[in-house]
Amino acid sequence: MDATRVPESRKNYLRPLDLKHGRVDMAHGAGGRAMAQLIDELFARHLGNEWLAQGDDGAVLPTPGGGRLVMATDSHVVSPLFFPGGDIGCLAVHGTINDVAVMGAQPLWLSAAFILEEGLPLGDLARIVASMAAAAREAGVPIVTGDTKVVERGKGDGVFITTTGVGVLAPGRDFSGRLARPGDAILVSGTLGDHGMAIMAGRENLGFESPIVSDTAALHGLIADLLASGADIRVLRDPTRGGLATTLNEIARQSGVGMMLQEKALPISPPVAAACEFLGLDPLYVANEGKLVAICAQNDAEKLLTAMRNHPLGRRAAVIGSVYADPQQFVQMATAFGGKRIVDWLTGDQLPRIC
Amino acid sequence: MKYIDEFRDGDVARKLAAAIASEVSPARRYRFMEFCGGHTHAISRYGIADFLPDNVRMIHGPGCPVCVLPIGRVDQAIRLALEHGVILCTYGDCLRVPASSALSLLKAKALGGDIRMIYSCADAVALARRNPDKQVVFFAIGFETTTPPTAVAIKQAAALGLSNFSVLCCHVLTPPAIASIMEGADEQLQLDGFVGPAHVSTIIGSRPYEPFATRYRKPVVIAGFEPLDVLQAIRMLIRQVNEGRAEVENEFSRAVDRDGNRKAQALMDEVFELRESFEWRGLGTLPYSARRLRAEFAGFDAEHRFALAYRPVADHKGCDCGEILRGIKRPQDCKLFGTVCTPENPIGSCMVSSEGACAAHYTYGRHKSA
Repeated sequence: MDATRVPESRKNYLRPLDLKHGRVDMAHGAGGRAMAQLIDELFARHLGNEWLAQGDDGAVLPTPGGGRLVMATDSHVVSPLFFPGGDIGCLAVHGTINDVAVMGAQPLWLSAAFILEEGLPLGDLARIVASMAAAAREAGVPIVTGDTKVVERGKGDGVFITTTGVGVLAPGRDFSGRLARPGDAILVSGTLGDHGMAIMAGRENLGFESPIVSDTAALHGLIADLLASGADIRVLRDPTRGGLATTLNEIARQSGVGMMLQEKALPISPPVAAACEFLGLDPLYVANEGKLVAICAQNDAEKLLTAMRNHPLGRRAAVIGSVYADPQQFVQMATAFGGKRIVDWLTGDQLPRIC
Repeated sequence: MKYIDEFRDGDVARKLAAAIASEVSPARRYRFMEFCGGHTHAISRYGIADFLPDNVRMIHGPGCPVCVLPIGRVDQAIRLALEHGVILCTYGDCLRVPASSALSLLKAKALGGDIRMIYSCADAVALARRNPDKQVVFFAIGFETTTPPTAVAIKQAAALGLSNFSVLCCHVLTPPAIASIMEGADEQLQLDGFVGPAHVSTIIGSRPYEPFATRYRKPVVIAGFEPLDVLQAIRMLIRQVNEGRAEVENEFSRAVDRDGNRKAQALMDEVFELRESFEWRGLGTLPYSARRLRAEFAGFDAEHRFALAYRPVADHKGCDCGEILRGIKRPQDCKLFGTVCTPENPIGSCMVSSEGACAAHYTYGRHKSA
């Protein structure tokens, strides 16, 4: 669950969910405002509790011994199952490790639940599970329990995987989307949009070829280096579905602040920029699976940037903007062209089934 | 990106803005309409209004394909999917256009309709070949830019002898829409000129705009969709106004000439003929403003194949899309804007596509009116 309750001031913007006649549509899964509304008005309304209300990528939970755990869960429905740079298996491992790690926790264990469609070639399943095993081994986070269900042909799409992760949170570490403050710096750990465009290129109906590969990676090693740098970090988040724009809008809403990005500072690789231009997509809304957004005190921005760039996953890190006071909670961007514009929530679904 | 970044150069933009500021006459105002949604999008996305003096105002026109699609046409597409059980294919922006009974194609998909978003109408032909037991209908919308590809798809289907492929043709023409603005709305608008279409003009050329310059005495400058194109076109319009000229000029000469793409024009003429009349959202029913399949291709006409009647449906009472499409109102003048009507829950079609005036203002510029 990565959305909090909507502040009263924002509620007027939305028409309530139509529980009588409405149906789930694809926009409810796109990571944008429609999904935030579904979570707020349906899931949080029925399931709400103090831990769910934290509204971050993972929940921080007390243990009887006085320590703290972080728990996060993530379902993976990506299509195609195999794509340049990865597959649904390693993605399911990386995605959940990252959701635990961005809370500042050390990821320890994973569970994996499989929904398999009748007819899925066993060879494909074996490739996927071997890829999960390799990803878990490399990350040092074992998969310790699991579940398997099979549905009839046509009721699924090959395989869906849900993973849950548990980690421990050291004392004094508190990162949350609610902690961004005016004046803070916004950093990103590398190029934007690689995962989404790799999936796009992998889809046969588009008929375009590109050298773009997914950035899917476990980020807990990079995050450990950032924590060790001593920089005063307030927020860590991985900008997955809905891309950087959606993640920053979530944080702006949680913290009740505005943000100003500098378009010239955004790291975007030339092939991704070209593919987005060609397809009419905005890289700010395209998913990443191995990138980190960090918000820290302005004075520590250089220190954090250096720590990022010293890690193999952060070579192309950049300071991309800053936080400012704005009761309207707008994320804005100074364009390279010289104007200013809003970088809004994603509407609809640019790319369904991206992760 | 080479060949693109050059047209988005901030330094050049500032110089152009300074040139515009020095050329405008402070004593008068300049009101220009950009016809195309592509220009509306560029103006909003790049904040072009920030570069213009206060007495130069851009007014958004009706050239956004999904914005001018009337409810009755979306209803036809929904009926095909829900009642006739076809695989309905269309371009992405169409999916969220509001239709009758609080439906849209996206919601009809959630109700069980087999509705597919495609990137090219060739994909619809391929789907028909892969699903010989299903009827596949391509919901074809758009101006002259998207019409030739539809013609190619129909010819391809004919060559393959496909009996399960058809087109719900809602292709419309640009010149009648401009004429409608000139004839109807201009008394209120008092326009000083037009930024002419970019991609449409690559097909039809610059010649079709010449009557607007001569008959209505309005300058037209055809412009590309990049922000520097738009700024340069505005500067050319200002010069024409200052010099008392009303001519068709071409800023987008790297892609547009006077005659346009004759091969594409011939294809359109081969496959389509003009409808006697067609209802547009906002502009009403305009004569000879849209296309349908010629009798030789009637077998591929979904209206014919499924005996679809057209039933006009009035827009939502509070929605000002009509006035906004004609340039009479601005998005923020509509009382539904940003409250009841948002990109998630569009009431009117202008809130759907990022080329629509309301969605462009909401997405990129509402901080200015907030």
